[in-house]
This record gives sequence, C-alpha cells and structure tokens, in this order.
Amino acid sequence: MEFQLPEYNLWLMCPEFFLTIWALVVLTYDLTTKRKSGSMVGYLAMAGPILTLAVAAILYAAGLYGYGRGFGEMFFNDPMALFFKVIFLGTAFMAIGSSFGIIRQKIINHRGEFFALMLLSTVGMMFLASSNELISLYIGLELTTIPLFVLAAFFKDDKLSVEAGMKYFVVGAFSSALLLYGISFLYGMSGTTDLLQMKITLAIAQLTFQKNFLVVLIGMVLVTAGIGFKLTLPPFHQWAPDVYEGSPTPVAAFLSVGSKAAGLVAFAKIFVNGLQGYYDPSTAPVDWGQLVGLLAVIAMIIGNTVAIRQSNIKRMLAYSSIAQAGYIMIGMVCLNEHGLAAVGYYMFAYMFANMGAFAAVAIFEDQTGSCQIDSYRGLVKTSPALSYSMAVFMLSLAGIPPLAGFMAKYKVFAAAIAMTTTDPTYNWLYWLVGVGLLTSVFSLFYYTNIIKQMFFSREDSPYKIVCGGPGMTVLMVGLIGVLLFGIFPEPVLNFATSISAAFGFVAN
Amino acid sequence: MLPYLALAAVLFSAGLFGVLTRRNTLGILMSLELMFNAANINFVTFNKFISPDNMIGQMFAIFVVVVAAAEAVVGMAIVLLIYRNWQGVNVDNMRIMKW
Repeated sequence: MEFQLPEYNLWLMCPEFFLTIWALVVLTYDLTTKRKSGSMVGYLAMAGPILTLAVAAILYAAGLYGYGRGFGEMFFNDPMALFFKVIFLGTAFMAIGSSFGIIRQKIINHRGEFFALMLLSTVGMMFLASSNELISLYIGLELTTIPLFVLAAFFKDDKLSVEAGMKYFVVGAFSSALLLYGISFLYGMSGTTDLLQMKITLAIAQLTFQKNFLVVLIGMVLVTAGIGFKLTLPPFHQWAPDVYEGSPTPVAAFLSVGSKAAGLVAFAKIFVNGLQGYYDPSTAPVDWGQLVGLLAVIAMIIGNTVAIRQSNIKRMLAYSSIAQAGYIMIGMVCLNEHGLAAVGYYMFAYMFANMGAFAAVAIFEDQTGSCQIDSYRGLVKTSPALSYSMAVFMLSLAGIPPLAGFMAKYKVFAAAIAMTTTDPTYNWLYWLVGVGLLTSVFSLFYYTNIIKQMFFSREDSPYKIVCGGPGMTVLMVGLIGVLLFGIFPEPVLNFATSISAAFGFVAN
Repeated sequence: MLPYLALAAVLFSAGLFGVLTRRNTLGILMSLELMFNAANINFVTFNKFISPDNMIGQMFAIFVVVVAAAEAVVGMAIVLLIYRNWQGVNVDNMRIMKW
C-alpha cells in the first residue's frame, strides 16, 4: 500500500503554537525571578491572548492564515473555529485580568503555574474549535479540561477549593468516559472518525437498512450526556454550583464561559455536522433535536427558578449560567441559517456580560472576603464604578434592550420561529420559545435583586472597593462589549451567519 | 464481534456502578479507569471487524490510554490534597457545599 504524507499546512496552527510557547514563557519567567515576580507575571500572561490575536492578524495579512485545512483532514479552520477562537482568547484575557487580586494575596508561590495552566487550557479549546474529526476533538476537549481540574483545586489549604476540585474531577472524568464510550459506538457504526464522512456514511446506512439505529441511539445518548456535563445541561448540572462556589473566582468565570463554549463547539461538530441525518423527525427513526430541546427546557426552568433562592452570588451566577445554556441550546436545535449564527452571537454577548460580572465579583471578594449577595447592600454610594458596571452586566444577562444580551435572546428565539415556519413537524420549537420567554421574566427577579441591593438600600456600605488597573480594564472591556455589540450587532452577526453557511445552511 | 462488545459493556457497567457507589476516592479513580478501558476495547473491536483496512480505532485507543494516564495523575494529586485536608480519602467528608 502506498503511503502519502498529508499536507501539514502548519501556518494555520501558528496562533496555537504561539500561545503554547507563551504559556511556557510565563512559567519560566516566574521561576527565573525566584517566585518574586509580583503582578508582572500577570501582565505577561494578559499579553498572551492579545499577542496571539496579533500573530493571527499578521499571518492573515501575509496571506498565510485564514480558512483552510491542515494536518491531513484533522485540522480545519472554518468560520466557526475562527469565531470561537476569538471568544476563547477574550475569555482567557478577562479571566487573567480578574485574577490579580488572588495572585497578590493567596497564591504567592504558584503564580506562573496558575497563568500557564489557564493559557494551556485555552490552547486546548482552540485546538478543539479547529478539529474536524473525533480523535482531535476528544484530545482537544481533554486538553481543555485537565488543566481546569488543577485550577479548580488551586487553593491547596482551602477545603472548599479542594472539594470543588474533587467534584469537578470526578464529574469531568466521568463525563469524558461517557463521551468516549458514545464516540466508540458512532465510530463503530460509521467506520470513520472524520465527521463529514460520518455524515455521509450514516446517511447511506439509513437509506439502505435501518438496523443500526438502536446502536446510534445509544451512542447519541452517551455523547449528549458527556457533552451535557460540560454544558451544564440538566440533569447533568449538579456539579456546577458547588464547583463555582468553591473554586477561585476567575477560574469559575473561565469555567462558565470558556468550558461552556468548548462544549458548544464539540456539540455543534458532532451533532449538527456528523449526525445531521438524525435530526429530521420525518426521516430519522431517532431524533436528537427533541431530546436536546427537552434538556434545554429543563435547563431554563431549573436554572431560573433555583437561582432565585440563592444567597451566594457565585452560586446564583452558576444557576444563571445553567439557564443561559438552555437558551443557547434553543439556537443549537434550529438547523437553519439562523440557528448556529444565533448560538455564536449569544456566546459572544454572554462572554462580555458574564466575564464582566465575575470580574466584579472577584474584585469585591478580594477586598471584602465575602460572596454573599447581602454584602453588596448600598454599594453604589461608596464604589459607584463597580456598582454601575455590575448593574449593566446583570441587565445584559437578563436581556434588557439595548444591551447585547437582548439581541442575543432575540436572535435565538427568531431562529426557532423561522424554523417552525418551514415545516409543521417542527412545531415543538414553539414550546421552547414559550418556556424561554416565560423564564426570562423569572430571571429578571434575581438579576434585579442584585441591583436592588446595590442601589436601593437605605444604609451605606461599609466597604470601599478600589478597582486596580487590570480589574478596571476587564470591567471596561465588558462594558464596551455589552454596549457596542448591543447597539451595533451587524458586524458580529454577519460573521456569525457565515458559521451556519459553512455548515451547509444557507438562506433560500 | 459480539462477545468483545459484551465484555466492554460489562466493564463499562462495572465502572459506572463503581463511580456511583464507591465512597473511597481511590475506588472512584479505579472505576473511571475501567470505563476508559471499556471504550478502548470497543474501539479496537470495531477497528478489527468494521473497518480493518485502516488503523483509526487502534490509534484512538492509544490516544485514550495516554489521556487516561494524564487524568489519573491529576486525580491522584487531588486525592493527595484531600488526604492532607481531611486525613482520609473518603468522599463523605466532602459535604461542605450543599444546594
């Protein structure tokens, strides 16, 4: 058998390589200064994502970077990959920016490791976004998750943090085992790990004989469970509040946005691409759309109702992120030209609002040591900058116009409505929209509760919060993102539309 | 092909049962390994019987072995932290946070 070397096309991977090297630079810098690097190592790490974007831009200008395939068929830069890579880099930037408080106070001896692990996890997400094939997808997912286990348990003497690390480890490894077992059935039924080829093989198998659908169903359920853990879709959401509460706040922020976006990419690649033939209820004996739609409904209901009775703000944000996962999955089950575009835009808007909110929580926690919602009482009089930005983030998460969160929710619901008009078999999507609208009203209650505590309390807050340079930068980035992309969403939306076009959904 | 798949299914179920019922964290780690290896047996089996003309399944199995080893290392480190904080490796200790 003649063996041909595949075309490597290594230029396409240059941003990832650069970020890997940068993580090692951060690590060695901390070591060479004999662990006395102070905030400098933080600034160095913060530069990493920006420089990676710069490298990509320079290579693009030189004509070496862009859409294309590399490493045989394993590495594939499609619009979705590039769009989500920007989200991952932005998440890493904002998470690093909000961790300056804890590197001054709590992790004196391991600053380099902290930032290096965060950057390496980002590298894993970027590889995951570019994978076009199950092996590289699985390796990317693991490279994302394994550093996060360590980061969740980073406060070694804090029982809460260790407990969070252990819970996240067990759940993460368990979910990846489920995912792997599911993938093995999908591989067995199609004989390939390439997702495009899998789509074709499964479609042929479906047309000729339908005996394999039970095995595909087992694989589908296992993969849904495995990725559902990453996405915090109920009934696989139990770990999220505990892990968010116990782990360091920047890590919780990174988990809630980065890990979720990584799960979304993996889901889109496996289901919307590989298992596309198993979506349409009229032709397929098993239909993953309704299964995931049901999970989305449960996510919206559980997330929004349980968040109301939380007294810890990190737990509240955890339940809010469960609810947001439900809204995002509405876009995911709409296989038309709006669906994946809405998912991309939603994730983009969610990144700014949620990372900003977590940054505000981190700054507050560093200076007061408290995560209780009660302790935010009357904060507007002593520290207006933090209070006003927190209020904007909360309103954006609740979906109030003209902020980005409103546009995101509108796009998701509009995608579902557009899907129902094509065929009456998709009428179940009305249920998703209805539950989504109803639970949005619930969500106003707990988001505005924070604003009520900060703005409409008679007594003055005993705390005076001073935002340092990096923390202020993160708050500003979040504010600008939420306002700018809420009022002028067209550039992002146009790019997001090319995501669904690349998956084969074009307007007709 | 069926006996091999059945073996994998039995291993997977044993691992699943172990993860859900074990109170000892080391027991949970061992059960997780069982689940990974069940998937490995599946990959190799499908490679042999479904698509014997390429090596994708076996390659995947080797990658999984490496990933499982990395995961076990991190898991052991976390177990060590648990031992330091609670002087024991039982998961019943870990109930500070509740919803």
